[in-house]
Amino acid sequence: MDIFDVFLLEAVLNGILLGGLLALLSLGLNLIFGVIDVVWICYAEMIMIGMYAVYTLHVQYHWPLLAAMAAGIASVAILGALMHQFVIRPVLGAEPINQLLVTGGVLFFLQAAATLAFGIEFRNLGVRLPPVAIGEMSFSMPRLIAFAVAVGGVAATWLFLTRTYVGTAIRAISQDRQIMPLMGVNPDRIFTITSALGGALAGLGACLLVLQYDIHPAIGLSFGPITFLICVLGGLGNMLGGLIAAFIFAQFISVGGFFFHIEWGYVIAFVFFIAVMFWRPQGILGGK
Amino acid sequence: MLLLTDVSAGYGSFQALFGVSLEVKAGESVAVIGPNGAGKTTLLRAISKLVELTAGEVTMEGRSLKRVAPHEVIAHGISQVPENRRLFPRLTVEENLKMGAFLPAARSKFAQRREFVYSLFPRMGERRAQLAGTLSGGEQQMCAIGRALMSGPKLLLLDEPSAGLAPVIVQSIMQMVKRICAEGYTVLIVEQNIRQVLKVVDRAYLLETGRIKSSGSSAELLASDGIRKAYLGI
Repeated sequence: MDIFDVFLLEAVLNGILLGGLLALLSLGLNLIFGVIDVVWICYAEMIMIGMYAVYTLHVQYHWPLLAAMAAGIASVAILGALMHQFVIRPVLGAEPINQLLVTGGVLFFLQAAATLAFGIEFRNLGVRLPPVAIGEMSFSMPRLIAFAVAVGGVAATWLFLTRTYVGTAIRAISQDRQIMPLMGVNPDRIFTITSALGGALAGLGACLLVLQYDIHPAIGLSFGPITFLICVLGGLGNMLGGLIAAFIFAQFISVGGFFFHIEWGYVIAFVFFIAVMFWRPQGILGGK
Repeated sequence: MLLLTDVSAGYGSFQALFGVSLEVKAGESVAVIGPNGAGKTTLLRAISKLVELTAGEVTMEGRSLKRVAPHEVIAHGISQVPENRRLFPRLTVEENLKMGAFLPAARSKFAQRREFVYSLFPRMGERRAQLAGTLSGGEQQMCAIGRALMSGPKLLLLDEPSAGLAPVIVQSIMQMVKRICAEGYTVLIVEQNIRQVLKVVDRAYLLETGRIKSSGSSAELLASDGIRKAYLGI
């Protein structure tokens, strides 16, 4: 096979587009784990709730799409803050396994709530954007949009974390939680802001996914595990590692899918994941 | 300025302080000296509300700290340099200073106070973009003191600034403390290194097993037989 095949190039570029989206999806989960030290197993289900929020406001209440998306992001951000206050805070001092089970409980709760409210039918926005052709290659418009917005979202998060006082406190609290009060920082407030930010990133991810995929109550399962594996591959809690891992994973899926079959792309990606775990159990950029 | 009345505190069933009373007046530099495990760190943690008092009261400029949350103590003008410095190792020197200026009232004065810290410790200005975890022990202490000054405190609490540092560094740390006192800050310092600290402070209290055993001016304590025998090995 000709290695300079234009369709291989297309697969590589599609992999980069997918990588941007996966990077955004894993960023919020990574941020929350890095700062609060709790894994939100239900993170993908919060994205699912965001997708339903956009769908409901746009399709059922006829809000303009961008307004529905802004409201969707805000509602998942609020959901994130509530999640911290009512689910995580009571178990902050508990064993990690209990914290994991609690967020797993929220996963089933959100799935059941979505099924109750919307049924198991597949829903979609009914927005169809034309593909973009570059030479012989063709790219899906929602994917291009998703990549651009995801990169923008990651950059905005990075600027927030490095340029603002609250963002600096979010990074600081993950390094030394006990002395934060000496800085005049209320740790609980920083945790709540971090959870809301993680929720907002999930909401942004929801806006991008809802342009590409049908919504159903179990959709979280189709990207939740990948999101989690990317975080582990990069080094759980390490945001830069997560970004790198997202692009590596996306290339395996996209190029692997090009050479064999799209399902094989996932198989190869997971085999790679397992191999890396033998070699570096802490992940690519993980500490200890 | 700072007044402790019959303060008792501890961790769970372990009591570390038994009815400690002491006073720091505005402009003074005061040390609490004593052996390892005497309760010196607990005393500072009690002032900063990092441990709850079981009895007694702490007042700052006449206002009780009883109902003040730990993160609000700094807004009363009390800033602490914690034991072992506790910098944020993966933040830069400047970002550590930024954390010290987290209070909304301190943010607007960030640039001005940062320049003051850099003039006090020129080494910090040179290393402003370096990660705090890569600094030497003495530099970390400068950074920790600088961070505590960024909130513009009236009272600076220093917890064992000489701990874990080489003797020659300890001397320069003590000179730093002296300069900070000279800048007009009121300082309460807790130290095991009694000989060195008594050279720079006005007054000191001797704390043993959670109780104040004696107090006096630095000269009086240096001359007292009990301290000379037990702590200075003379």
